[in-house]
Amino acid sequence: MARDSEATLESMNRALTGVKPVSARRQLVNVGDRVFYLVARSLALLVIVLAFLLVADLFRGASESIRQFGLKFLIGTTWDPVAHQFSTLPTVIGTLVKGFIALLLAVPVSIGSAIFITFYTPRWLRPVISYPIELLAGIPSIIFGMWALFAMVPVVRVVQIWLKAHFGWFFLFDGPAVYGVGVLSGSLILFIMITPIITAISKEILLTVPRAQIEGMLALGSTKWEAIWKVALPYARIGLFGAVILGLGRALGETMAVTMVGGNSFALIHSLFDPVHSMASQIASEFTEATYSLYVSSLIYVGLVLFGITILISLLAQFLIWRISKGKIALLD
Amino acid sequence: MNSETYAMNDLKDRKLAVALGKASEAASADNGVRMRVEDLSVYYGKVEAVKNVTMSIGTQKVTALIGPSGCGKSTFIRCLNRMHELTPGARVEGTVLLDDQNLYGSDVDPVDVRRRVGMVFQKPNPFPNMSVRDNVIAGFKLSGIRDRKILDEVVEKSLRGAALWDEVKDNLQKSGASLSGGQQQRLCIARALAVSPEVLLMDEPCSALDPIATAKIEELIHELKEQVTIVIVTHNMQQAARVSDFTSFFYLGELVEFGETGKLFTAPEKRQTEDYITGRFG
Amino acid sequence: MTLNSRDRYRKFVEWANWTGMLFCTSVSVFFLVAILGYVLVNGASYIDWEFLTAMPVPAGETGGGIANALVGSFLVVIVASLMALPIGIGAAIFINEFPSQGFGRTVRFLAEVLTGVPSIVVGLFAYALVVIPSGGFSALSGSVAYAFIMVPIILITAHEALRLVPDSLREASLALGIPKWRTIMGVVLPVSSRALITGAVLAISRALGEAAPMLFTAFGNSFWNVNLTKPIATVPLLIYTYATGPYEDWHRKAWAASFVLLVVVLFTSVLTRAFLRGKSNE
Repeated sequence: MARDSEATLESMNRALTGVKPVSARRQLVNVGDRVFYLVARSLALLVIVLAFLLVADLFRGASESIRQFGLKFLIGTTWDPVAHQFSTLPTVIGTLVKGFIALLLAVPVSIGSAIFITFYTPRWLRPVISYPIELLAGIPSIIFGMWALFAMVPVVRVVQIWLKAHFGWFFLFDGPAVYGVGVLSGSLILFIMITPIITAISKEILLTVPRAQIEGMLALGSTKWEAIWKVALPYARIGLFGAVILGLGRALGETMAVTMVGGNSFALIHSLFDPVHSMASQIASEFTEATYSLYVSSLIYVGLVLFGITILISLLAQFLIWRISKGKIALLD
Repeated sequence: MNSETYAMNDLKDRKLAVALGKASEAASADNGVRMRVEDLSVYYGKVEAVKNVTMSIGTQKVTALIGPSGCGKSTFIRCLNRMHELTPGARVEGTVLLDDQNLYGSDVDPVDVRRRVGMVFQKPNPFPNMSVRDNVIAGFKLSGIRDRKILDEVVEKSLRGAALWDEVKDNLQKSGASLSGGQQQRLCIARALAVSPEVLLMDEPCSALDPIATAKIEELIHELKEQVTIVIVTHNMQQAARVSDFTSFFYLGELVEFGETGKLFTAPEKRQTEDYITGRFG
Repeated sequence: MTLNSRDRYRKFVEWANWTGMLFCTSVSVFFLVAILGYVLVNGASYIDWEFLTAMPVPAGETGGGIANALVGSFLVVIVASLMALPIGIGAAIFINEFPSQGFGRTVRFLAEVLTGVPSIVVGLFAYALVVIPSGGFSALSGSVAYAFIMVPIILITAHEALRLVPDSLREASLALGIPKWRTIMGVVLPVSSRALITGAVLAISRALGEAAPMLFTAFGNSFWNVNLTKPIATVPLLIYTYATGPYEDWHRKAWAASFVLLVVVLFTSVLTRAFLRGKSNE
């Protein structure tokens, strides 16, 4: 018995002799930890480096055009590759107008849906409705573009023609209705694309409203809607605003769908039917056709402007949503 | 023995001696004292949670640390294996000697300290991604040791040592998390024993368990002290009286009284100790 | 009890709002059904074995397939993942396991901001970084663009996955004398593996559907190519080219390719959902 146990423990200690202790003269923290820490830290630093690289490369690429045009680029209205004249005001306007119209339509629909899902649907039904909506959020924009081009635009064209025939005196409807593609189509597809995102985030935010507060209102005899309007929405208002801003950011940066149905023209718009590029769609359409360096540089300049606008909006959204959830909700577009 | 170096031979010999149950040989060089704490003060940021504690831990004895919530006993025990410093803002002053070597010496690797001083926690925490077998030998596997035969021997010995072998020997491949609470805690004890620590720290090991499981573990402690020196934190005074040889009473970060268990519970020297024991405050 | 006019008004408001919101929800669901339905109906009929395995034929001719784009997408995404996964997961490990004043939070915040960068701008970045110095379009530049899109997603999901691992497991491992890095590799990562994989799949599925970054990086290719340094065909870009082209056959192929892309995206979405739900049940 003693022999057995001695043999066992002998083997145990043979096992442990493989483990090297740190000799006194070596460093305090063992080597493996040090190396691992450095590698992990480098990777984290790399993320920061990549972000800076992005900004730096954009500036570098746009530098020729910046030197040539300066800030006048932002307010000029000429885009003439032949004459080497470039500016971006019409596309900025095109981007912003389509984005805001999309937002105008999306906000009531998405927040209304979020309220409905959170407060008016029984628990078991909630995933049934919200899951498809979240699914929609993950569909690639090219597929939205396909559907918009082949299914939506013909319908929009019919509507546009009817509107122009009956209300053509109104400036919004006084444009080339037969195209089908244009501000209206672009805004509509953007609206369809950003609604699921805003709905999903708003739903999460509304779920954080403490039930106790709502029930308190109900106990006082209010209707459900009154409780929502007076308690839930004010409580969630910052987060909801953040969700909306996030949706706007998405709308402004969207490329493929808008390229396909937003119209490919460079002009100051004055009606809903006018075709006009957004910044993203202009880059997408013309980049591979740009034959000389100032042309390329100007397109990158446009990209820089787009980047600036979307980053500002993204920062605003992050800040707002961080404020309401104190960093507990992880956002994923 | 040179207290500056930390040579492999010392480690191996001591582990062999302890493992063979010849702890007295190892202890004879230490005067029956396995660990000695001198002037230990522990800070969380600016708050002093443990104030100037000096005490000894006897070899092959069970030393219990008792006291009301927040008295610093958990903080104190976590300094014995350098786990406390993992908390951000933690600072330790003073000396902790394990066989004449200062565990807080500038040349000591905390990883090695923790191999020599093991720990069992309040809530059983077996690794859910590993089987029972792999949990026991986690200390080996995660150090890269792979010899199957050796590991199998270690598994059986450790599980026997934790009084769990008979219950799980046919189910070694089941997930560590599939056992009952009491079994999980004994699994954690087996896991800690597998790396042959010289001292085993137990931080309220039974507080999350039912009375039957608790009784099993208390019985286990009696057997274990032949092999390892044990320090146990408990908020249950009766438990301290049942299992320990020596008891320390902590209050508001200070070591109020230390002595043989029997004496401390029947004839405490300090008024505060007597008040606590008789339940005047808790 | 008779209702006065004010109460009737309030009831009406309640009903009107309920109806309004039901309408809003229906609108959302309607579009989903319309889009999915359209793609399914128009695309499914064109799918056959030839479509999936044959090379494209000269413009305007019928027949042929999109095999080169399927392989191309796969290749570009795999290479992108090889770049993005170590960076995203490594950075997440750093942020969560090595807490550091503000550095970690900055990186996390930056990642959240980066998810808002328009994909066309990412394409410009990859163009400036890879295409210009190397003098031509290439699959590699496409991979760089995809990787830039994937890193923030992977970082954020991995960070959340690591946060879910309870500290008690880390403590258990460290108390055994296991170094921190082995604790991370052997305990933290395996325990969080489900959520980590989910995040990776999410990022991959997102990249697969992106056409804009490919416009001037991978650029597209009507022929077979698996050489990373040359232009390569990818499915979303092919859909765009075919959809905006003049040929009826191209339009049909675009629908079929959309169908394939949609199936892949939906499949991964359902998969990740099931995975995550499985994890929360543990």
